[in-house]
Amino acid sequence: MSRAQEGRKPTKMVPVPSHSIIPERDIDKSPILECSHLGIDFGGLRAVDDFNLTIGRTEIAGLIGPNGAGKTTVFNLLTKVYQPTRGTILLDGKDTSGKTTVQINRMGIARTFQNIRLFSNLSVEDNVKIGLHNQERYSAIEGVLRLPSYWKRERSAHERALELLSIFDMQDLANHKAGSLPYGAQRRLEIVRALATNPSLLLLDEPAAGMNPSETAELMDNIVKIRDTFQIAVMLIEHDMKLVMGICEGICVLNFGQIIAKGTPAEIQANPAVIEAYLGKRKEG
Amino acid sequence: MSNMGKRLTGMKRSTRTSMATYGMVILAYIVIQLIRGLRDGGVGPLLEGQLIPICAYVTMALALNLVVGISGELSLGHAGFMSIGAFAGCSMAMGLESVIPAAPLRLAAAMVFGAAVAAVLGFLIGIPVLRLNGDYLAIVTLAFGEIIKGVVTNIYLGLDSAGLHFSFLTNGNELLDGGKELIKGPVGVMNSERISTFTAGFILVMIALIVIFNLVNSRTGRAIMAARDNRIAAESVGISVTKYKMIAFATSAALAGAAGTLYGCSQVTFVATKFDFNTSILILVFVVLGGLGNMWGSVIAAAALTILPEALRQFQDYRMLVYAIVLILVMLATNNPTLQSFFARLFRRGGDDDDAAPRKGKLSRKEAAR
Repeated sequence: MSRAQEGRKPTKMVPVPSHSIIPERDIDKSPILECSHLGIDFGGLRAVDDFNLTIGRTEIAGLIGPNGAGKTTVFNLLTKVYQPTRGTILLDGKDTSGKTTVQINRMGIARTFQNIRLFSNLSVEDNVKIGLHNQERYSAIEGVLRLPSYWKRERSAHERALELLSIFDMQDLANHKAGSLPYGAQRRLEIVRALATNPSLLLLDEPAAGMNPSETAELMDNIVKIRDTFQIAVMLIEHDMKLVMGICEGICVLNFGQIIAKGTPAEIQANPAVIEAYLGKRKEG
Repeated sequence: MSNMGKRLTGMKRSTRTSMATYGMVILAYIVIQLIRGLRDGGVGPLLEGQLIPICAYVTMALALNLVVGISGELSLGHAGFMSIGAFAGCSMAMGLESVIPAAPLRLAAAMVFGAAVAAVLGFLIGIPVLRLNGDYLAIVTLAFGEIIKGVVTNIYLGLDSAGLHFSFLTNGNELLDGGKELIKGPVGVMNSERISTFTAGFILVMIALIVIFNLVNSRTGRAIMAARDNRIAAESVGISVTKYKMIAFATSAALAGAAGTLYGCSQVTFVATKFDFNTSILILVFVVLGGLGNMWGSVIAAAALTILPEALRQFQDYRMLVYAIVLILVMLATNNPTLQSFFARLFRRGGDDDDAAPRKGKLSRKEAAR
């Protein structure tokens, strides 16, 4: 059977053979995200294969692995930038197959990007307001005619935008152009914009890249704070092991598109397969 | 009025820009009307005949700027929508002659009809066109502009007591006594009365400005600009890119249609070939010269470049040569870094940061983002 046919085969729902550890406080609730046998091929390359992962309602999960392991591809699969070749993704128990990126965001997944993707010509506040697009709704006609609903919704969008910016103490930068912000602030703004879409799962792609140690420490506090305030799950890709080991409750290690280990930070640090993936095998003799 | 205080304190640069543009247009209208009322010979025969076309082209430039500057898609077929508006609107105006005797009211009805027909067509063309990107979109809109021209050139429309008569390619309409031909194929439209007025043109420009500024400074406008700046990021925050590009495209087509009606009803006669590729490019020149996303720039550029060829009549055969040279010099001057920084300083004195919309010279930004 050709690969194309295999891809079109209806995927069966299989119980997840997951050893992932859902934090104590989430153990009696259904998980927010369940991936089973998720995979995607690019031509002949199996970029991600047999990816099984479960994330609890308020878990902070880490996705790590060497460069090119397929971490960002997993994010792109979860947000349907790529349609998976195999497997299923359940978000809050609901199947997401056939959904578009836009629909996935409305269902509750928000993300940031490894290479920052802000609306850099617009102001910081407008960037957050764009995140609030589906939260503060009014029609184009109401906007053009400036009916009362326009003023009401705009005022509430303005207040919510400033409130969200205050998480990172950025409310004073509201009128600056997003593209003119320093690198670290742009990364934080992307998180704020993602949060504005009111997600239940927040995907952060290398949130600490380019940050200095004190900024990273502050970011760690803020990620935990976001989780506690909004009661959402966070999944992050990060190379900074201090951040990953510091705040993640469950860690999943990816290498060559396959999960090689899952566990708590302590377990991962002691796992020989992980050490080998990162450092290579010790030469015998 | 409890909103008022909040509105004023929340007055951003974008709000000030829109207020200044409204002020500029209203002032120009008042000054011209005063001169026309007080001075013998008005503003002179040269400018007098150009007043309504100026309003029509200003509206066209604003409409195209919504697509090119705000939505970030290059359309090379906007004269097509102007054409549709002119033919649909003017036939409507002539058809309604006995129903609505008051000319201004008839013009308003014709403009609404012209805008509606152009908007519907814009929507239909937008379905295939907005699936494309960048250069492909430009080429397809160019083709649609030419198709519209070709189709309209072959339409024959007549009206008599029995109703509307329509034929295509050859005039097969047999009209009863008292019937009139509205559209006569390649001969175009012969207006029974020139009902467009300068005041109507001014009102249309103001409506175009209000629609565009209010749209840009709303949830919808932000979504349009988000789709322009970064398609992937816009989708990741739940914005349907195609939908918002469509809103911008159809709104622009509607405004272009109304401008077409205004223009058509100001002429004794006009033909479909008037609204060709050259006209589309002319309007694009207004937009680029005025600055992408810069509405007051479009107003000034469209007005100045509509008068310019008339003002250069003294150069006779060399008129278009001088026109081209003036255009090149102005483009060079506005792209001069020294002048740009001078204007930037002039504006920064106002307070906060850059305009929400990109300035000129950003046409390649789309390419860079890809």
